[in-house]
Amino acid sequence: MNWDIIIKYLPRLFDGAVLSLELVAIAVLAGLILAIPIGIARASRHWYIRALPYGYMFFFRGTPLLVQLFLVYYGLAQFDAVRQGPLWPILRDPFWCATITMTLHTAAYIAEILRGAIQAIPAGELEAARALGMSKTQTLFFITLPRATRIGLPAYSNEVILMLKASALASTITLLELTGMSRTIIARTYLPVEIFFAAGMFYLLIAYLMVRGFKLLERWLRVDACQGR
Amino acid sequence: MTFDLYGFGPALAAGTLMTIKLALAALALGLVLGLLGALAKTSPHKLLQWLGGTYSTIVRGIPELLWVLLIYFGTVNLMRSFGEIFGLDDLALSAFAAGTIALGLCFGAYATEVFRGAILSIPRGQREAGQALGLSKIRIFWRVILPQMWRIALPGLGNLFMILMKDTALVSVIGLEEIMRRSQIAVSVSKQPFNFFMIAALIYLSLTVLAMTAMYFLEKRAGRGIRRSA
Repeated sequence: MNWDIIIKYLPRLFDGAVLSLELVAIAVLAGLILAIPIGIARASRHWYIRALPYGYMFFFRGTPLLVQLFLVYYGLAQFDAVRQGPLWPILRDPFWCATITMTLHTAAYIAEILRGAIQAIPAGELEAARALGMSKTQTLFFITLPRATRIGLPAYSNEVILMLKASALASTITLLELTGMSRTIIARTYLPVEIFFAAGMFYLLIAYLMVRGFKLLERWLRVDACQGR
Repeated sequence: MTFDLYGFGPALAAGTLMTIKLALAALALGLVLGLLGALAKTSPHKLLQWLGGTYSTIVRGIPELLWVLLIYFGTVNLMRSFGEIFGLDDLALSAFAAGTIALGLCFGAYATEVFRGAILSIPRGQREAGQALGLSKIRIFWRVILPQMWRIALPGLGNLFMILMKDTALVSVIGLEEIMRRSQIAVSVSKQPFNFFMIAALIYLSLTVLAMTAMYFLEKRAGRGIRRSA
């Protein structure tokens, strides 16, 4: 093991890790916002409201993220309408392509978590809200969503870690995040074991910090206090 | 819009076959690793517990793509020195072997947790009954625990296999000619990236549906003789 090389390239790997974190942060936050209406619609009692989110989730959960990335980054450029369109400066940029794709991808998974969480709320609590005279909107904002947040939080933290690992795919569309940066360094040093090892340690460290962070969040939201029915 | 495959139909079909082969090979390796990992984690020996825990924690914390790259590019020197012992020049892992090992490793790490949960859910009395009958430890596991835990582990394993099948796309990065790689080649000729990547997406979708159907029947078969509670 050549430790000097690892130490020499640590700052570059750190830059890569920062880009990885940016990608993940944008994707899981934007994905959460996008997933809320999708998840609510998916849990609807009416089939015509369920159908569209179902199709969306089926596509994004049934195909590899790599295909989705290539579809957005390489695929959209096939159409002249896109290349001449006003969004081209964004869709030409690998960073935005990666964040858009990861957002759409993770939103499908978060929506599924949300649907499960919404459907896991005991019916009695919703009935109690109705009995207190809350309107449907009030019930949604004061009972359904706060309860679903706490039920779904552990699954959401898993999804964030999965997205951290999925962010490695951004290296295939030329982004120099942690994995991309490692490959660039290896192309120069020919030391794959050392550099990939260091990158792996970075991923482990970030995942560990995320797990700790979500544990704190769970305590702050008093998730365990709500589980005792 | 007409769909012109530019004569890449057979190539895509061959790629699909390669994807299925890779997924099944990695599944076989992953099931073995997962079973060993779960046995280690539930064993009374501290060292084995630590080993199983470390395996599943470290492998699950590192991206699948990194494992694929690490095992393909990282074993070049190792394999070469192995080759020198046996007098073989240029001994190296093929993309297929590296992909199988990497994906099997990742599958096994997650399967460890699934199998562990299933082992723990078998009532202690079952094991004790086996001991009372004088069965050996291996016998008890093979004849009593394994047939029962299989049913409990199946849904979790099905989800993992679905994830594994999508992860096979990563092996295209090291040049294995599966669906993604073939599509990329088709794109470089036809200059129609959207069409061909969409076809690739549809192939993955149908594979997922196929796996879901297979899982449905497997779960039905594994659950025969079990009364369903509501």
